[in-house]
Amino acid sequence: MKIEHLNYIYAENTAYQMQALKDINLTIEDGEFIGLIGHTGSGKSTLTQHLNGLLRATDGRILFNGENIYEKDYDMRKLRAKVGLVFQYPEHQLFEVDVLSDVCFGPKNQGLSGEETAARAKEALRLTGISEDLYHWSPFDLSGGQKRRVAIAGVLAMEPEILILDEPTAGLDPRGRDEILGLIAKLHEEKHITVILVSHSMEDVARYVERIIVMNRGEVLFDDAPKAVFAHYQKLEQVGLAAPQVTYVVNRLKERGLPVRTDVTTVEEARDAILEALRQGKSPDKAGGSV
Amino acid sequence: MIRDITLGQYYPADSVLHKLDPRTKLIGTVAFIVSLFLFKNWPGYAAATAFLAAVIVLSRVPFRYMIKGLKAIIILLLITVIFNMFIVPGEVLWDFGLVKVTREGLSQAGFMAVRLIYLIIGSSIMTLTTTPNDLTDGLERVLGPLKLLRVPVHEIAMMMSIALRFIPILLEETDKIMKAQMARGADFENGNLIQRARNMVPLLVPLFISAFRRASDLAMAMEARCYRGGEGRTKMKPLLYEKRDYLAYALLIGYLVLVWLIARHF
Repeated sequence: MKIEHLNYIYAENTAYQMQALKDINLTIEDGEFIGLIGHTGSGKSTLTQHLNGLLRATDGRILFNGENIYEKDYDMRKLRAKVGLVFQYPEHQLFEVDVLSDVCFGPKNQGLSGEETAARAKEALRLTGISEDLYHWSPFDLSGGQKRRVAIAGVLAMEPEILILDEPTAGLDPRGRDEILGLIAKLHEEKHITVILVSHSMEDVARYVERIIVMNRGEVLFDDAPKAVFAHYQKLEQVGLAAPQVTYVVNRLKERGLPVRTDVTTVEEARDAILEALRQGKSPDKAGGSV
Repeated sequence: MIRDITLGQYYPADSVLHKLDPRTKLIGTVAFIVSLFLFKNWPGYAAATAFLAAVIVLSRVPFRYMIKGLKAIIILLLITVIFNMFIVPGEVLWDFGLVKVTREGLSQAGFMAVRLIYLIIGSSIMTLTTTPNDLTDGLERVLGPLKLLRVPVHEIAMMMSIALRFIPILLEETDKIMKAQMARGADFENGNLIQRARNMVPLLVPLFISAFRRASDLAMAMEARCYRGGEGRTKMKPLLYEKRDYLAYALLIGYLVLVWLIARHF
């Protein structure tokens, strides 16, 4: 998928006019696992809604598998099945009497037969870890984490090539958050689908993604591997974001004289880097003592 | 698409009209609407047009915004015009056998249309230049005397302000739900009437659930802050008349006198 010179002006020609996206240029390759990060109002959600044609750009174009999605006879519903977008609040999409029929909604809209629809829904629910005894529960009786899984299954059942998740961990406790993120990572590994994870938390995405796109005021600020992006942690702070906690720890250690690697993103990596530095440092005792 | 609805929508701008006391605007709007029905001739319409035009310019709200409100009454407008055209007796212009178009009918239809349009524009100027909160505050004070007749004025005003406050919230929510369902291939635009009604279910169920949840959350929040109706409740920003309000009243009275004179002497 290619995004070329995308501009979007919200509520053009009114008192509320605002340029939400400014000249966005991105290429998303098959099978990538991308973190899309930005402060509230940075344009990250607006951008994701362009990718499946829910919003139409004021200017610029989007190519999906080589075809311009703004072409007159382009089938937007097909695009939406290929580019699955899961919104932040599962409450916005759950409506059916039971879990299974809710997940069937997407494939049914694709015009699949009843059998195939059910098969796909069951497969999607299996992938998201919803057990069979929940199939006939009302989606409104589920827990927050379960609702989110069902919502993801509802999009997954359409078998998208790209899966976009808008703040999938918002409002979940740490355990629910880890479960959902682990689930998404597993989907990426097993099904080889392209995943775009939208979040405002670096901590969330650092562990899983291969590439981070940082948005600020409707523009792409950084687009690089996590380690390279976190190297700019001071700049990130200026735009209201933060690098993972461990980035700060290793940077402070280095300031104090410990020759530690600073390109770590997770707690485990940081632990290894610090231990290594302590072992290899010329005077580990002294460095350790001054910390 | 849904955001096009302007009824009851506030348009922020820095104008004299925005700064006026909401009571002044409420009374002014009612007076203007009444004045529209006082006269039946050209000079009267000229006076009303001049008054309305002056107010529109003063409000600094783009004219397009006021026109938008008219879309909602186009059908009503057409019915009024057609009925007036055919029903009013008088000098016959065209005869279609069963129905006749008369000169008097034609002019009355025109006048009625202008009246309705002015009425809508006049009241949309009020809502466009007044925040919902100010509007209900003003309404509560203006209707205050009715409390003596045991009319629950405060409660009505509170209900109105809550309803107005929730219009944009629910519109935004509708927008989000529509998008979430469209992302799953829902289609809200095509199909016949029955199909379309059926397609609304995935939109309406989450919307109602969310509206009920919001209502109960709000009730809880109000109770947590000891809300018990209007009895003994004071305001953080009580409404106060200022110089510009007295000036506005003076101009309003001047306009009403003019209209009254026109109505009597022409």
